[in-house]
Amino acid sequence: MPDQQPTTGALPYNLQPPRPTWGVRLPPRKAQSTARPIAVCPLPREVAVPLDCGPAGVAEPLIAAGESVRTGQLIAVTADAGYVHATVSGEVLDVQERAVPGRPGAMSPCVLIRSDARDSWHPDCGAGPGNNQLDPARLRGAIAAAGIVGLGGALFPTADKMEACTQIYALILNGAECEPYISCDEMLMREQADGVIRGALLIMNAIGTDRTVIAVESDMPEARIALLDAIRTRDLDNIDVAVVTAKYPAGGERQLLELLTNRQVPAAGLPTDAGYLCQNVATAAAVANLVDNGQPLIDRIVTVTGAGVAEPQNLRVRIGTPLADLITAAGGYTTADCRLIMGGPMMGRPLPGDGLPVTKATNCIIVATPDELADTQAVYPCVRCGECSRACPARLLPQQLLLASRSQDTLALAELRLEACIECGCCDYVCPSHIDLTPQFVQAKRRLHQALGAQARAEQAKTRADAREERLRTRRSALAAYQEAELTTDDLAALMARVRAREQQRNEEE
Amino acid sequence: MKTAADNLPAPYLRTPQTVPEMMRQVLYALVPAALAYTWFFGVGLIVNAVIAVLAALLTEAACLWLRGRSLALYLGDYSAVVTGVLLAFGLPPLTPWWITALGSVFAIGFAKHLFGGLGNNLFNPAMAGYVALLVSFPEQLTNWLPPRMGDLDYEPLSAVATLTYALFGSLPDGASLDSLTRATPLDMVQTELGEMRTVEEIRGSPLFGDFGGRGWEWINNFIALGGLWLLYRRIIRWHIPIAMLAGLLIPASLFYLIESATFAGPGFHLFSGGTMLCAFFIATDPVSAAMTDRGRVIYAAGIGLLTYIMRSWGSYPDGIAFAVLLMNSAVPLIDRLTQPAVYGYGKPSEPDEP
Ligand code: SF4
Ligand code: SF4
Repeated sequence: MPDQQPTTGALPYNLQPPRPTWGVRLPPRKAQSTARPIAVCPLPREVAVPLDCGPAGVAEPLIAAGESVRTGQLIAVTADAGYVHATVSGEVLDVQERAVPGRPGAMSPCVLIRSDARDSWHPDCGAGPGNNQLDPARLRGAIAAAGIVGLGGALFPTADKMEACTQIYALILNGAECEPYISCDEMLMREQADGVIRGALLIMNAIGTDRTVIAVESDMPEARIALLDAIRTRDLDNIDVAVVTAKYPAGGERQLLELLTNRQVPAAGLPTDAGYLCQNVATAAAVANLVDNGQPLIDRIVTVTGAGVAEPQNLRVRIGTPLADLITAAGGYTTADCRLIMGGPMMGRPLPGDGLPVTKATNCIIVATPDELADTQAVYPCVRCGECSRACPARLLPQQLLLASRSQDTLALAELRLEACIECGCCDYVCPSHIDLTPQFVQAKRRLHQALGAQARAEQAKTRADAREERLRTRRSALAAYQEAELTTDDLAALMARVRAREQQRNEEE
Repeated sequence: MKTAADNLPAPYLRTPQTVPEMMRQVLYALVPAALAYTWFFGVGLIVNAVIAVLAALLTEAACLWLRGRSLALYLGDYSAVVTGVLLAFGLPPLTPWWITALGSVFAIGFAKHLFGGLGNNLFNPAMAGYVALLVSFPEQLTNWLPPRMGDLDYEPLSAVATLTYALFGSLPDGASLDSLTRATPLDMVQTELGEMRTVEEIRGSPLFGDFGGRGWEWINNFIALGGLWLLYRRIIRWHIPIAMLAGLLIPASLFYLIESATFAGPGFHLFSGGTMLCAFFIATDPVSAAMTDRGRVIYAAGIGLLTYIMRSWGSYPDGIAFAVLLMNSAVPLIDRLTQPAVYGYGKPSEPDEP
């Protein structure tokens, strides 16, 4: 696709994106979970709120075991401005290392809170700044401090993305959930379209752009109509809805950007480098919820689906809720023997059990019966059919990459641009020889990074340190802005009282 | 509740397509052509195919055993069957069994397994086997028969007699190879052009139909039909057939326009010899073709062009097999030159002011 070609007409994006030449058509399997409206998952008895904030690092708890917390209370922060809030009110039991959904064997310290079932909110919450005319810097600070991250799964702090915006032509809201089974974004758009639109307005204000395009897939007409209705109700003319072909992975950030704008995100760059800010629709809704209701990010919508669960549906769930609670809320298991997958069937991760907590990145839980999502075909050698390169959204030659990664030929891997692989799994999907290509690429990538020379690593470390310094600087000002905006004198008094109480307690013990 | 996590990594969704299924579809697609072939030229093709497939499977089994590979897995992939059948399509109806078998042994043993077996062969095995026979036994590979057509004064050989010839090399009393066999239309055009006759005169022969040889036209039609079925089932893509036909027909049309007395027209090339078989079944063999769609267009156009050159100026009547092998050897180069521009590595895009 020509990346320097100017975009259509006067708009900075295509209202009718071209059909992708790459990608695969997958069985959608969404209907099972879109038949029911989004339900609220009953408050869990206990939550394990993960402190791992992804790119922002692991948060330091601000509370100790035995303290009581209230819903929405800030309970941990990272040096890199990750913010974690209590998602129920109750008593902090402990801070423990727990298995969390993610890479196999992923662990994170979690704050265990026993719910008092009252769900009483922290006084900081409830009153948002409340209007469109917010100072952009303060809004960005508030978004960071509310713990709002990319809800598409990368956990990238939303405010960090916004800080990286210099010249932005338009905001892209990604509602094109292209993996089968997952329907949380579609249901959000159908039921809370206005929240998405409101979020779009706020984010546009925060980054100083005046156009938004919301991308939906061609197989979600209800979502499109709901969005158009919401736009009409608010009488807006600067937000458009573009329909992309329901072809996986058209909703991948880089792929979507190319379809919508005819531009590519430069290798090792971010969409903002191409002049666009991409956000997930759920992230936009979370921003609206922060500003209008004063709520930090303490819950999200999770699709609970698959043949292994009785009533597949979408649930609004507090972060930290054990997966078992979600499955119970969705009618329970239909069979004793099933597999749990977090995410979609193309890029999801296997889960070791249902005791793991929901994280901010948990968009979908597939409860798969043994013969659902199982590949029983024999593996043959590659027959060079070329289907993999035809499907590859990054225009790689997976077949050649396979040879190079088997022979551990680092040079060839670099020449074939292994780095550009987005690990989407399309090549595996189409391969008639049923070869496991993607897992090998994931490993080869890791080896490639290890093979980078010491010098390169040192250089990288330096750039990273510089970048972090820069981030911290902006972050500190953002934090200051947040504190200015959010902390009242009453809060400060309460904080002081707490510190004094703890000192007193310590004195008594001595 | 509880869940057995086998920790398999994603993706969990896979196409139902498999290699054996693709090979089976190729075989199905050849059925109409095989029936037409049998109608016009007798059971020779069937006899050859059975012999070629048996020899191919035996060779495959022996090679797998020697290389310590799974017999059950690879004998079941149907690739050796396809090789045998395609080889049989290239051989004349009257071919001694040992020649057919030798072709299969060479195709599977040398062209396939010496290169590493399924997926690793540089050359198309069927074509490699065919060329090996063509250069070793040129005489025996000319035993083509005239088509069964009502108006041709010709008594076709019975099925039993065909089989007897294939197995024992003997013909019924009173019949001789000379009296039975005829030159193929491609042969005739080549030899008689050499005798300074014009294409128009040559085509006056009762062996010629509207475009190519009679009988051959119909077989080619049915081969093309099978090819369309493969396209429809997405076993093959359009790039190779179209590019191969274009590579052959464009030069054929040009020369025909310039000098129609000494160059056969595009219609003749399209419906003669192995054109259709090559376009839909041989050049499309994925293993020995180029990888990317762009590469495949170059690869197949090369086959078409080389075929035209060899047919018009070469010493063998149909150069298709040589053209395929030549382009096979160019595939690694083509692959290197046609690597597509990877996402994000193109020219840095200058965001234009909307
Ligand atoms: S996993 Fe990588 S190589 Fe395979 S299709 Fe996706 S981007 Fe291409
Ligand atoms: S899809 Fe599979 S068999 Fe086909 S070229 Fe790619 S790796 Fe080889």
